[in-house]
Amino acid sequence: MKAPFSDYLTSFDWYNLTSRILTTSSREIETALAREGKGGIDDLIALLSPLASQHYLEDMAAISNRLTQQRFGKAIRLFAPMYLSNECNNVCDYCGFSMHNKIARKTLTDIEILKEAGILKQRGFEHVLLVTGESSRKVGVDYLCHALDLLRPHFSNLSIEVQPLAQNDYEELINHGLHAVMVYQETYNQQSYQKHHIKGKKTLFEWRLNTPDRLGNAGVNKIGLGCLFGLTADWRTDALFAGMHLDYLEKRYWKTSYSMAFPRIRPYEGENIVAADLSDKDLVQLYCGFRIFNHELELTLSTRESPTLRENLLPLGVTTMSAGSKTNPGGYASQDDSLKQFEISDERTPEQISSMLKSKGYDPVWKDWDLAYDRSVISHLDNTWTDQSMHTETVLN
Amino acid sequence: MKDNLDSLTIGDHSFESRLFVGTGKFASGTSLAKTLDACGTQLVTVAMKRANLKQSDSILPHIDPSKYKLLPNTSGVRNAKEAVWVAQMAREALETNWLKLEIHPDPKYLMPDPIETLNATIELSKLGFTILPYCHADPVLCKQLEDAGAAAVMPLGSPIGSNQGLQSREFLKIIIEQARVPVVIDAGIGAPSHACEALELGADAILVNTALATANHPESMGHAFRNAVSAGREAFLSGLGSVTNLASPTSPLTGFLAEN
Repeated sequence: MKAPFSDYLTSFDWYNLTSRILTTSSREIETALAREGKGGIDDLIALLSPLASQHYLEDMAAISNRLTQQRFGKAIRLFAPMYLSNECNNVCDYCGFSMHNKIARKTLTDIEILKEAGILKQRGFEHVLLVTGESSRKVGVDYLCHALDLLRPHFSNLSIEVQPLAQNDYEELINHGLHAVMVYQETYNQQSYQKHHIKGKKTLFEWRLNTPDRLGNAGVNKIGLGCLFGLTADWRTDALFAGMHLDYLEKRYWKTSYSMAFPRIRPYEGENIVAADLSDKDLVQLYCGFRIFNHELELTLSTRESPTLRENLLPLGVTTMSAGSKTNPGGYASQDDSLKQFEISDERTPEQISSMLKSKGYDPVWKDWDLAYDRSVISHLDNTWTDQSMHTETVLN
Repeated sequence: MKDNLDSLTIGDHSFESRLFVGTGKFASGTSLAKTLDACGTQLVTVAMKRANLKQSDSILPHIDPSKYKLLPNTSGVRNAKEAVWVAQMAREALETNWLKLEIHPDPKYLMPDPIETLNATIELSKLGFTILPYCHADPVLCKQLEDAGAAAVMPLGSPIGSNQGLQSREFLKIIIEQARVPVVIDAGIGAPSHACEALELGADAILVNTALATANHPESMGHAFRNAVSAGREAFLSGLGSVTNLASPTSPLTGFLAEN
C-alpha cells in the first residue's frame, strides 16, 4: 500500500496556509476564475479567501452554476438517511450520540430495518445512506453486512456513514452491496480534533484520516469527504485541507468517485462549542469554490439547512440532497422521539421537495445507480442472471 | 427527413435521421420529449442506471417507442464483466438486443476503457447483441472493435459534457476513411456547428446529449442540431471543394493545350 494521506499531510503547515488564504490578492482570485479552477490547490486557496467572498462571490456563483449544469445537467439526486443505531463508544463534545449523553439507545432489529425501508420505498427513494454511531461491539461489520443483505433487494444504491473500518471490512461490505462510504474528518486541525474528541476510538486522528485510503484500496465506488464546519476557528483552512485530501485521493484512486458535504454545527442537547460561526455567505462560498476547483465533484446538501437557504443553494453547485430526513433510529416508522443526532431545519416531505425542484426547473432524480452494476450481485449469482432488484416485494403489509 | 436513398443502416435497422440523442441531464421528461421531437431523431440512448424499471421514472415514459428506437447504455460500469451483466439486464427488461457499450472506470473524465470495451464487445457479440461501443478516437481500436463484431463504432469528439467539439478531428478522419461499419461521433459535440462539421467529414451520424439538455431552450437547440446534421450530410454528399492556400486558376498546368 502506498503511503497514506497522514504522511502527505505532514508536509503542510496549517498556519502558513491560513496566512496564504487570508492574504490572497485580487489577481490570484481573478486568475483562478479565468482558468476556472484548473490551477489546482493554488486556485482553491484564492477561491476560499475572505477577499473572494467580499468582492467575487457573484462571479463565482455564475461559473459554479454553469459548470454544475454542464456536468450534471438540470438534475438533483435525492437520497434518505436511515439511522440504524445511536449506540456510541465515543465522547465527542458536539454530537447528540456522545456516550455520556443520557439518551435512550437503540439499534434496529431486522423487522424495524424493513419497516423503515418500506416507508422510504413508498416515498420513492432508491438511494439510502445507512448511519450509525460508533460502537463496533454492538454495531459491527456483521451487523452492517446483514443490514445490506436485508436492504439490497429493495434499493438501487446503499451507502454507509459509520465508524472507520479496516480495509478488509470494507471489502467484505462491498461484497454485500455497499456503494459508497461517507467519512467526514470533522476537522483537519489535529489540535482542534483532539480537543473535541475526548474518549473512544474516534480520538485516533490518523486512523480516521487514513480511512479514505483504506476505502480506495478496497475499491469502493464512492468516498464522501467533509468537515464539520465550526469546530475549528480557521474554517477556511479546514476547507482547504479537505480540498487537498480530495486532490490526493483522486490522483491515487482514480476509479473512485467523490462527494463533499459542508455540514455546519447545529444545536443539540448539550453545550454550544462553536469555534467559528459560518454564515450563509460562507456556505455559498464553499459550494461555489469547490465547484470551480473540481468540476466533477458531487456536492451534497442536507436537511440541516433551512428551506429558503436550500432553495437558494440549488443553482450554486449542489448535485445531491436529502429530503424528509429523520436522524433517530426508527424515526420514519415510529413517533419515538429518541434524541436525534442533530436537528432538522428543512422538514418538508420528499414529495414537497420533489415539487419544489420541478418548480425551479430541476429534474428530481430518485435513481442513478443499479444493483446490476455491483460486484456483489455479479459474484453471488449464477451465469443465468436474475436481477434481485426486479423482484421487489412490498415490505409492509 | 432525407429520402430513403440516403438512409443509414446499422445492424438490422435503417434510420433516416443521422442525429442520435442521449436522454440524461434534462430538466424534465416533458422537456426531453419536446426536444426529441424537435431533433427529429429516431434513436435515443438511456443509461440503465437511470432507468427505473419498477416504478415510473422521469425518462422512459417520455420516449414513445413508436417514434424512437431505444438504445440502452451501460454508463457507470467499470469493466467488461459489469458491462455484460448490465447488457443482459437491459435486454430482458427493455426487450432489445441493441446496446451502447460504455465502460469508463474513470468517473472524473469518463474516458472509455479500450481494453475492457474490446473484451466486452467480443463477449457481447457471441451473445447476439447489436453493439455500438463508445471509444476513444483510436483508429486501431476501431478496427479491432469492427473485427470483434461491433455494428458501428462511436469514437469521441472530446470528453463527455465538455462541449469542446471535434478535438480528435484528425483521428476521426482516419477512422471514417478506414471504417467498414458506420461511424457515429459521440461525446463533446457542443454546438450545431460541431455536428455539421462531423457530418461534413463523412461521419455517418452523431450523438448529442449535454448540448441539448443544458441549452437555455433545448427544443430550439434540437431544431438547430437537426438542421446542422442535415446541412452537414448534404455538404458531404455534394463533395466539398479541397482546401488550399493557393489561388487556383481553372487550368494552371494544361491550359496551354487549349491554346494550341
